[in-house]
Amino acid sequence: MPATFTRHTVETERKDTGFGGKPPVDRRPTGGGGGDENWDSRHSKRHGPREQLIRYRMAVFSILAADLVFFAVLVSAFFVRQSSVHIAASDNVVSDWHPLSAPPILWINTAILLLSAFTVEMARRHLFREIDVMEEWLGLGRPAVRRAAPWLVATVALGGLFLAGQWMAWRQLATQGLYFATNPNSYFFYLVTGTHAAHLFLGLGALVFAMVAMYRFRRVEMRQIAVDCTAWYWHAMGIFWLFLFVLIVFFQ
Amino acid sequence: MRRIFTTEPKGLARLYLWLGLAAVIIGTLLSLLMRIHRTWPQVAMPLHGVIKPEDYLALVTMHGTLMVFFVLTVVPQSAFPNLVLPAQIGSKKMALPRLNAAAFWITSASLLVLLAAFFVPEGAPIAGWTSYPPLSAVAAAGPGQATGMDLWLVAIVLFCLAAVMGSASILATILLRRASGLTFGRLPLTVWSWMVSSGLTVIAFSALFLAAVLLLSDRHLGTSYFLPAGLVVNGIPQAAGSGSPMLWLHLFWFFGHPEVYIVVLPGMGLASSLLANFTRRPVPGYWLMVASTLLIGVLGLGVWGHHMFVSGMNPYAGTAFGLTTMAIAIPSSAEVLTWLAMMFRGRLRVNTPLLFVLGFVSFFIAGGLTGPILAQPALDAYLHNTFFVVAHFHLVMAMAGVFSIFAGIYYWYPLLTGRRMNEVLGQIHFWISLIAAYGTFYPMHLAGLAGEPRHYAQLRGPVESFAKLIPVERGITSSAFLLAAVQLVFLFNVFWSARAKVALAGANPWKATTLEWSGEEHPMTDRGPYEYGSATGRSEDFRPQWKAEKPF
Repeated sequence: MPATFTRHTVETERKDTGFGGKPPVDRRPTGGGGGDENWDSRHSKRHGPREQLIRYRMAVFSILAADLVFFAVLVSAFFVRQSSVHIAASDNVVSDWHPLSAPPILWINTAILLLSAFTVEMARRHLFREIDVMEEWLGLGRPAVRRAAPWLVATVALGGLFLAGQWMAWRQLATQGLYFATNPNSYFFYLVTGTHAAHLFLGLGALVFAMVAMYRFRRVEMRQIAVDCTAWYWHAMGIFWLFLFVLIVFFQ
Repeated sequence: MRRIFTTEPKGLARLYLWLGLAAVIIGTLLSLLMRIHRTWPQVAMPLHGVIKPEDYLALVTMHGTLMVFFVLTVVPQSAFPNLVLPAQIGSKKMALPRLNAAAFWITSASLLVLLAAFFVPEGAPIAGWTSYPPLSAVAAAGPGQATGMDLWLVAIVLFCLAAVMGSASILATILLRRASGLTFGRLPLTVWSWMVSSGLTVIAFSALFLAAVLLLSDRHLGTSYFLPAGLVVNGIPQAAGSGSPMLWLHLFWFFGHPEVYIVVLPGMGLASSLLANFTRRPVPGYWLMVASTLLIGVLGLGVWGHHMFVSGMNPYAGTAFGLTTMAIAIPSSAEVLTWLAMMFRGRLRVNTPLLFVLGFVSFFIAGGLTGPILAQPALDAYLHNTFFVVAHFHLVMAMAGVFSIFAGIYYWYPLLTGRRMNEVLGQIHFWISLIAAYGTFYPMHLAGLAGEPRHYAQLRGPVESFAKLIPVERGITSSAFLLAAVQLVFLFNVFWSARAKVALAGANPWKATTLEWSGEEHPMTDRGPYEYGSATGRSEDFRPQWKAEKPF
């Protein structure tokens, strides 16, 4: 493996940068003092080592945009259904919306989820630490993976804890006699928490996948992509949860 | 097997086109059954017998669903982008090939689930493609509303997933895989259209996804998101709770109206590109066209209420939605006037693709003109449940959409087969289709003005109110048969022109400027998409995007 990078045709025409390509770091080592940002003195977007990462991120963001609309529409349906009334035979306006008090465990769950956002971000950052990435890319062990793995494990644990906490919240509601089909408010409670939990479940799957990917994927970029996309997805679910939490706790 | 599970965009485009063809054939046959029934209600169909009123409604539902989702959405929004979008931006691949391919598999699964509704007990659902509750929410509400309706909803859920995945892949491709030098100002207008329609898809189909999930929950989990209080079906009181059918209408049309633009925007981009090519003139006001496309996309998200004027919505809301709806006429007119201006000053080279673009423009205008009429809540109150609306959307959405699809197929056919489609057959196909399409849908305006209601299986009955419209109906039916029959010419042409005997068309048969005709990957470009017109010192009247001003 060359220690310096000389540009020649084979190098510039390569579509995917694998071993021996360009290292997947933000700042390229130019022998001190910045210098040419553009590794190949040409358009970096197509052939830069981060191009693939950006592509995957873009897909995750598009799908998260769809998800955002999904939850936004869900929130508006919540308000429409909340204000939906009918006129009873006695000429009274009747609403079938019964406020419920959200189980306090939700506060703990929210704290856990916020903590997991921190841990997943730490994992993500470790995979992008320049010195570690360069070392991995040169084949000198896997420092980035080694540092990131505990954080990912912690995220999986916290995510699992959150889901368990949600399950307990449902149990608590059920002991109060509030089931999915009990009243409009309970439908929405279970729907909001349930769809979000389903998303987190997928997120847990992605985290496990990222764990495996870190050890199995041969290319540094692919490891970064697996962890990075998972982390962004996880962050989005954290943010969505904050809004949904405010909705079900404060807008009864 | 490798052909079916391909991730190569052109292969996927072929698959999408086959899927669209299957759906359009079934959808057309269903519409012909409806036409026969409206004209000769007592005729027994082979294998089925006399069409009962509920069968008629099932035909309406399945015809609408197949056409809107699997033809008018799949072809312009999935098949065409896979066929040319990567090439038009100088790439060979989509940004996320596997995600993109998975979208196709899920779309096919969705089609199969939908078609399965014909074969379950009680048959296909009868709630229309809009599936308003409570009819769609209660299994006892009618034949086909049990298993058939469930299959419909599952098909829709799958389709939503596939649409969002496909659009994510399109957006990522446009934003990230453009050739260097292919700035936003140098994108062909088709690419701009796909960008906007994909953005709309991501938004609109997510809303429909949620709506379908809520409706499934109402049907099976005992909730009442949409079930109103005091609902009695067949004498049996249904679930308690004061759910809101209006909520479904809002969610559905929040999807349904952007869907119209998802269907028609790619056609508009194609019209601009093809008019530039066949008039050999650049598109005047490129940025005006881009801005109009974006504005149509943005305004299109805020007009859904005009489908609900007579639903009991607050009249003030109706006025607001009427205003936003009329506002959409402004960017639409900007595009139409630009096309007309291009035609007036250009030397038209008359080829089948151009003819179909002209047909598209014609239908877009003819159908569009009734838009502002229906956008008035007061006028809509009379017209809403009449054939006037059927005429409106069949012209502006269905026919405009289908003609732009034909334009695209005739234009891009050489990319698939290396040959052009037969010109004589193409022109026969165009002229008869144009006349028959107007013959089918124009009289529906008049029938609607005379009060002919939608969704009625037949006009005869104990009350003879609409007896005088029966000759009109007969005319519409004959015209519809002509329209369907002439499509056989098109099908024949598709296969006939692909024969090995037909001469190859060459790499750039239309002398076009956009990158899909360069025949290879071009990672760089330094010019805009529509550099047509002769200039001094040049022998050709166009400068393709892949020819550099000076060597790179």
